[in-house]
Amino acid sequence: MRHSISVLVENQFGVLARIAGLFSGRGFNIDSLSVGVTTDPSISRMTIVVRGDDRILEQVTKQLNKLINVVRVVDLTKEEHVGREMVLIKVTANQQDRAELLSITNIFRGKIVDVSQETYTIEITGDENKIVAIIKLLAPFGIREIARTGRVCMGRGGKSIKV
Amino acid sequence: MKRTGAQVLIEGLQKENVDVIFGFPGGAVIKIYDELFGSSIKHVLTRHEQGAIHAADGYARATGKTGVCLVTSGPGATNTVTGIATAYMDSVPVVVFTGQVPTPMIGNDAFQEADIVGITRPITKHNYLVKDVNELPRVIKEAFYIAGTGRPGPVVVDLPKDIMAAVTENPYPDQVTLKGYNPNYSGHLGQIKRMAVEIMQAKKPLLYTGGGIISSACHNELLELAELTQAPVTNTLMGLGGFPGTHPLFMGMLGMHGTWYANMAVTESDLIIAIGARFDDRVTGKITTFAPHAKIIHIDIDPSSISKNVKVDLPVVGDAKDILAKLITELKLLKAKNETAHTKDWLAQIKEWKQKYPLKYDQNSGKIKPQFVIEELHRLTKGEAIITTEVGQNQMWAAQFYGFNHPRSFLSSGGLGTMGYGFPAAIGAQIAHPDRIVIDVAGDGSFQMNMQELATVVQYRLPVKVAILNNYFWGMVRQWQELFFNRRYSFTCTHCAPDFVKLAEAFGAVGLRAEKPEEVASVIEQALNTDKPVVMDFRVDPEENVAPMVPAGGALKDMILV
Repeated sequence: MRHSISVLVENQFGVLARIAGLFSGRGFNIDSLSVGVTTDPSISRMTIVVRGDDRILEQVTKQLNKLINVVRVVDLTKEEHVGREMVLIKVTANQQDRAELLSITNIFRGKIVDVSQETYTIEITGDENKIVAIIKLLAPFGIREIARTGRVCMGRGGKSIKV
Repeated sequence: MKRTGAQVLIEGLQKENVDVIFGFPGGAVIKIYDELFGSSIKHVLTRHEQGAIHAADGYARATGKTGVCLVTSGPGATNTVTGIATAYMDSVPVVVFTGQVPTPMIGNDAFQEADIVGITRPITKHNYLVKDVNELPRVIKEAFYIAGTGRPGPVVVDLPKDIMAAVTENPYPDQVTLKGYNPNYSGHLGQIKRMAVEIMQAKKPLLYTGGGIISSACHNELLELAELTQAPVTNTLMGLGGFPGTHPLFMGMLGMHGTWYANMAVTESDLIIAIGARFDDRVTGKITTFAPHAKIIHIDIDPSSISKNVKVDLPVVGDAKDILAKLITELKLLKAKNETAHTKDWLAQIKEWKQKYPLKYDQNSGKIKPQFVIEELHRLTKGEAIITTEVGQNQMWAAQFYGFNHPRSFLSSGGLGTMGYGFPAAIGAQIAHPDRIVIDVAGDGSFQMNMQELATVVQYRLPVKVAILNNYFWGMVRQWQELFFNRRYSFTCTHCAPDFVKLAEAFGAVGLRAEKPEEVASVIEQALNTDKPVVMDFRVDPEENVAPMVPAGGALKDMILV
C-alpha cells in the first residue's frame, strides 16, 4: 500500500541526503519526495510517498524518527487528508489542435503557462488520478516533456502538524 | 574570550572530561596537534587509524565513557570507516574528529580530500561538517551528547583546516537543545505492570539479554529479576558479562554457537523477555521458527528495534535500568499474593538438558585444543581479566569457555564482525585500566590484520597480552567449508604466517610459544608475570571446530552438535 508521510526536518545541510540514504540503505521503496521550507525558516517539510505493508511503514516511521535532524513524522494515510501534485506538460500544439488542447486544459482547470510556434506548456494541479487522466488525454497530441513535483499532503480539519 | 577553532576543540575535550584520545596526525589536523602538544589531554599514537578508532571503541566499552579518536583528512578519515561501522553496529559511544581540507577547497578533489560526512552518514548516529567556527562549540557539545545518550553510537565531526585557525568568541555551551532528539528513558508503567503479570503467569520464562544490559549498567537489577522470578538467563554475545557466568540460572550464549540447552529453552519457552537485545539473525536462526511457543516481551531504548525482526507482543521503550527497577517493584507486589514457584519444572528440565549436552571438547587428543587454552586463561586469571577478541573461531571459543562474571570485561565486535578489532581494542582497555589484565584472544589470521599496533603497546609500555590460537587457517570460514562445502578449503589456508615469537621480539615485545598441552599453563604464567606486552603463539589443533552450531538460516532446534 502507498503511504504519504509528512516529515518536519531541521533545515540543515545534508538532511535530504540523510533521508534519501536511509531509504536506499534500508531498502524502502520511495515513490516521490517533495520538500520546501515552512513558515519557520529553520524547519522544512517533506512529503514522502512510500510503498510497503504495515511492518515496513512502522520501520520507516521509526527509522525516520531516529534521525537527529528529523523533528516530526506523521503518516497522513491514517487520517483524512488532501494530497496534490503539480505537473508541467509541454505538448505539441498544431494549429488545428489548439482549440481542443485549450478545452481539455479548461476542463481540468489547468492553465497554459507558455506558448510557442509548436507547443503549449500546460500546468495542472490535482490528485494522482487527475494527473494520470490528463496525461492520457494529451498523449495522442505528442507530449514532448513532463515535469512533476511529487505529492504534497495535508491533514483535513483544524489540526496541524507542528514542531 | 577569543579562541581559535583548535583551541575550542581542546577546551571541549576538557569540558567533556576526556582524559585520553587515540589518534594519528596529518596535514589537515596539524593545528590541532600543535594545540594538543603540551595540553592536559593524553594522546595515544597508534600506527594506523583503524587502530586508533578500535582503541577508542575498546576504551569506551571498557569504561562506559565516550571514546575519542582524532585523525587527518582523506585517507586518515577513510581508515576509520570500519571502526566507525563496528562501533555503530554495537552501539558504542565514540566521537571521531576528522580533519578536512580548507572550506574553500571542499568539493574540488583537493589533496587528501574525502567526503567523510557523506561516507559515514549510514554508519554514524549523527555527523557534522563544521563550516563556521562560531558553530564549533555547540557542535562539539552536541556530538558528545548524542554519542553518549539514548542508544549510544559513534558521531563524526569533520573539521576543515581553516576553521581550526579561525577565531570565535562563542562560549562552550552548558546545555544541548535538539528539536529532533530527546531519548526516552522512563518506561511506561502500564506496560510494566502488564509485563509483571505475564511473567507471574509464565511457566517457562526465559530472559534473553543483550548489550543493553551493559550500556545501561543494569546487571544488578537483572540478577535480582532472575532470582526473584527464578527465570533462566541466556546472553547474546554482546551481553556476556551482564549476568554472572557461574550462576546456576545462567545458560550461556544462545544462537548460532550458543549452548544447545539455551537454544532448546528458546524453542520450548512460553515467555521470552528480551532486554537490550535486537533479535539479530545470528541469535534467532530461521526467524519463522524462533520461539514458536512464546509470547515476546521486548525492553529496548531504541523504538526501531521493536518488531524489526520478530513481532513483539509487549514492548516497553526506555532505559533497561529504569524499567527493571520498576518491574522488580511490581513483581514484589504480585509475589506477596502468589508464592508458588511457577518455574520449578522448567528449571528441572533445563538442568537435565545442561547435563545431557554441555559445552565440551576432546580432552585427551594430545593436541592443544583452543578451548583448553581459554579455560587455562580463565583459571590463571581467576576469570578476572578483560578479554578482547578478534572475530571467528577465537571469538566463539572465548565467548563459550571464559565464563564472564562482570560487565565490561568482554569486548568483541558482535554486529559487524570485524577481524582486527581485538588487539587495538585491548590497547584502549589497558589505557583505561592500567592495573587489570587485558588479553586479546586472537586467531593467527585476524591478529595479522592490525599487528602493527605492537609498536604502540611497546611505546606506551602497555602490558597487553595476545593469545593467538594459531591454526594456520581462517578457521571459521574453513569450518563452514568443511561442513557445507565438502572440505574444499578455498583460500582459507594461510600457508604462510609470520613467526609470531620473532615478530613480537622485533617490535620489542615478548614472544612465547606452546606446542604441547602441557606447555600452555607455563606460557600463560610467564606472560602474566611480566609487565611487558606479550604475544603467545599457541599451536592449536588446526581443524578443531566451534560446536555446537546452527547452520546459517537454520532453525535453533536443528542445532548440530558437530
